[in-house]
Amino acid sequence: MPTLSVFLDVPLAPKTRGRLLDDFQKDENPNKVYLAYEVCMTGNEVPWLPPVVPKTLMKLAHDPSQSYEYLPEHGLEAFIHVATELLVGRHSPAIVENRVGGVHTIGGSGAIRLAAMFLKDWHRGPRVVYLQPSQKEQHGFIFQEMGFIIREYTFWDPYQLASDTGKLFDVVEHAPERSIVVLYNPGSFILPRKRWIKLAKVMKRKQIFLFFDVPDQGFISGDPDRDNKILRYFVSQGFEFFCSQCFSNSFGLYDERIGCLIAVALSNEALLHIRSQLDSYARYMWCSPPALGSRVITTILSNPALRVEWKKSLRGVVENIMLTREKVKEKLRLLGTPGSWEHITEQDGMHSFLGISVDQVDYLVTKKHIYIPKTGQFNLTCINNQNIDYIAQSINEAILAIGPGPQPREPPTKESVVPEDSELQVPGLKREGTKFSGLAALLRSKK
Amino acid sequence: MADRDNPLPPKPSAQRLGREKLPPPVKDFRIDAFGAQPRTGGFRALVAALGLAMPSSIFADVPQAQPVLVFKLTADFREDPDPRKVNLGVGAYRTDDCQPWVLPVVRKVEHQIARNDALNHEYLPILGLPEFRSNASRIALGDDSPAIKEKRIGSVQSLGGTGALRVGAEFLRKWYNGTNNAATPVYVSSPTWENHNGVFGAAGFTDIRTYHYWDAAKRGLDLQGLLQDMENAPEFSIFVLHACAHNPTGTDPTPEQWEKIASVMKRRFLFPFFDSAYQGFASGDLDRDAWAVRYFVSEGFELFCAQSFSKNFGLYNERVGNLTVVGKDGDNVLRVLSQMEKIVRVLWSNPPAQGARIVATTLSSPEHFTMWKENVKTMADRILLMRAELRSRLEALGTPGTWNHITEQIGMFSFTGLTAKQVEYLINEKHIYLLPSGRINMCGLTTKNLDYVAASIYEAVTKIQ
Repeated sequence: MPTLSVFLDVPLAPKTRGRLLDDFQKDENPNKVYLAYEVCMTGNEVPWLPPVVPKTLMKLAHDPSQSYEYLPEHGLEAFIHVATELLVGRHSPAIVENRVGGVHTIGGSGAIRLAAMFLKDWHRGPRVVYLQPSQKEQHGFIFQEMGFIIREYTFWDPYQLASDTGKLFDVVEHAPERSIVVLYNPGSFILPRKRWIKLAKVMKRKQIFLFFDVPDQGFISGDPDRDNKILRYFVSQGFEFFCSQCFSNSFGLYDERIGCLIAVALSNEALLHIRSQLDSYARYMWCSPPALGSRVITTILSNPALRVEWKKSLRGVVENIMLTREKVKEKLRLLGTPGSWEHITEQDGMHSFLGISVDQVDYLVTKKHIYIPKTGQFNLTCINNQNIDYIAQSINEAILAIGPGPQPREPPTKESVVPEDSELQVPGLKREGTKFSGLAALLRSKK
Repeated sequence: MADRDNPLPPKPSAQRLGREKLPPPVKDFRIDAFGAQPRTGGFRALVAALGLAMPSSIFADVPQAQPVLVFKLTADFREDPDPRKVNLGVGAYRTDDCQPWVLPVVRKVEHQIARNDALNHEYLPILGLPEFRSNASRIALGDDSPAIKEKRIGSVQSLGGTGALRVGAEFLRKWYNGTNNAATPVYVSSPTWENHNGVFGAAGFTDIRTYHYWDAAKRGLDLQGLLQDMENAPEFSIFVLHACAHNPTGTDPTPEQWEKIASVMKRRFLFPFFDSAYQGFASGDLDRDAWAVRYFVSEGFELFCAQSFSKNFGLYNERVGNLTVVGKDGDNVLRVLSQMEKIVRVLWSNPPAQGARIVATTLSSPEHFTMWKENVKTMADRILLMRAELRSRLEALGTPGTWNHITEQIGMFSFTGLTAKQVEYLINEKHIYLLPSGRINMCGLTTKNLDYVAASIYEAVTKIQ
């Protein structure tokens, strides 16, 4: 061909994720374990799929009245309805007042994309988004694409080995007015009631825009309705916010891309206008969302018997996770592993921090073929009866080889602090030149 | 209307409440009995009871966005109580009973998939289901495509044809003709499917132009105008071409005309971006409908082809599409695909599986493939029949004007040539719904309503000039 390619100058995009998985797949050690799967695994090392789902899929496949006609731009109305109810509760005042609703999207990512586009066009505030490091690859990339600046915050205190929802006070105090704060997995937030009321007040005063993300409703407590208490509080306090709802984990149907972007507004009119704008964004990206996943979930949630069956299997999975936590802690204790392991059982959800140092993680990966990311955050459902002993022993070995074991301790003084990741801001960690308002200092001293 | 550059002055903040302590709306956040009594009141009632003004929504300035015309048309049709009503606006296939049709091969394959206990429902790769991607591109380019043999093609599974167009458009805006050159002219046919403008605009292109296509006077292709626009277009401009069954006119270039088009595009370094939504649906023959794309490939073009399987598989709502990339060599395509992965990552992350599985299973099994081709031919044949029948009735009635374009046009749509006023008459007086452009969907015609529609068109043309 005589002419040059028009793609000649296109650079190869570096691979940002999957390196750990690649290494794991190339590893030939028979004991190798991968603890970083995104999905909920079962003991048989296959992704979890509640039995009610294939049952419903079969039923839908044999439904003679079913056709493949286009859905509207905002997706299946019945699905949005059950999703909204699941999120804010059937008796929510927002539902009664018809000021909550949403758009059926391509999974949680699609919801985040629509929200980011909307906020770019209509949010009157600085283009700043606060999110946790685990959200960098999802919310972070999408918001950056839309021109927002990303600032990170984290609840996990690697020194205290605890998750402290109170860090939100620092975030909100220092964020510019009308910033956007992503609240990922609100089911795992724990604060005394009085502090919630205070936090809500500060958020209202600074007009912070809340963007909730519910990735796996039901995986914290085992009961989907309990997991969203915090969200429902904010609804009742008259907040307007977005929530991206992902159904992949709760129903095991990752590949059908089922999600919802729910908007809570103060009036029905505002809600309708918001939805029309979201529709217009969807129109030029995917036109309308895929139907199958939403039909499965609508069928399950609308049918009392199927709903009960689903909740039961969800509860079973969550109880398994809690049991695994206990087992891991106990095995480490029996081995006499140095360090405190309370944080294993004190965290909740599918993913938790192991609390060990980067060197110890490295030891596990390279010497013991146990694959965990550098942050030490691992997926508890990847631990099963076959590999739990090996894992516990390996952690024990790693700690003994490269001590000390994890212990709650005070953070090092500011002179000796060398931030590992310059983007990672740990609120509460005093840095040079940081000013704290009197109220914040008072709160901190009371903790 | 407020926007980011002209913000309204900030609204007054919500008035302070008289008391510091609000009555707690829920008893305790960690233990709250499921199935608590429905709260009568909520925030609004509380505010009203305290005699305060309702704080205004932070979204108060967000206007209502315009809905798509064809959806409104369908909504009006649905609400119309007249028993004679006919919907010639919808963009989906209908049987002679005016019902949607699930292809028999699709029914068979979806049962097979549902029965598969070992099916893994993990996330698909970002670029999609591998079996789907390779089969989809193979269908467009042909089994014996030199580009496939030389391993210089790539595929991206997308959310329908729209998703494929969007991925391609985003890529071109980011990496084509420079880096982030949003000013590269994008040419769409006049007329074209409305979404073309929207997709390229949303992808960031700032200069979207039209090229001559429909000649209203002679009711056919304005080849002269088209070629002239291509001669005048800046080099490296992007041209959105309909692979077959042009939407909305149903008028395609002949092979000889395509050869002329390709020749000009090659000389002017214009980039072909094909939109292929009707392969198999237009003539009933998959290879015939892909002739234009394959010709361009054989002429050494690098091109994109956005494929939709909504119509030819009848899988409208499962959003099955594919973007086929043809490059000069494998290395270029590899780099292009790596960037497309990044683009997909911030659009929808990874695509849905069901539709892709159905298509992949069908295309890779000789038995199912044959059955599919027959199903597609069934649909195409019914449309051809409706075309013939409508034309013969219009001519039998002595309807003023020429009506050979009804059978000469191809695919689902026909540009009847009716004026906006005549269209209005049909909608309001005869309850026959079609687009203001005069576009009709042949699938809306049935043996039962052909006479009524033909008679109505005759009325409209004779009564309204």
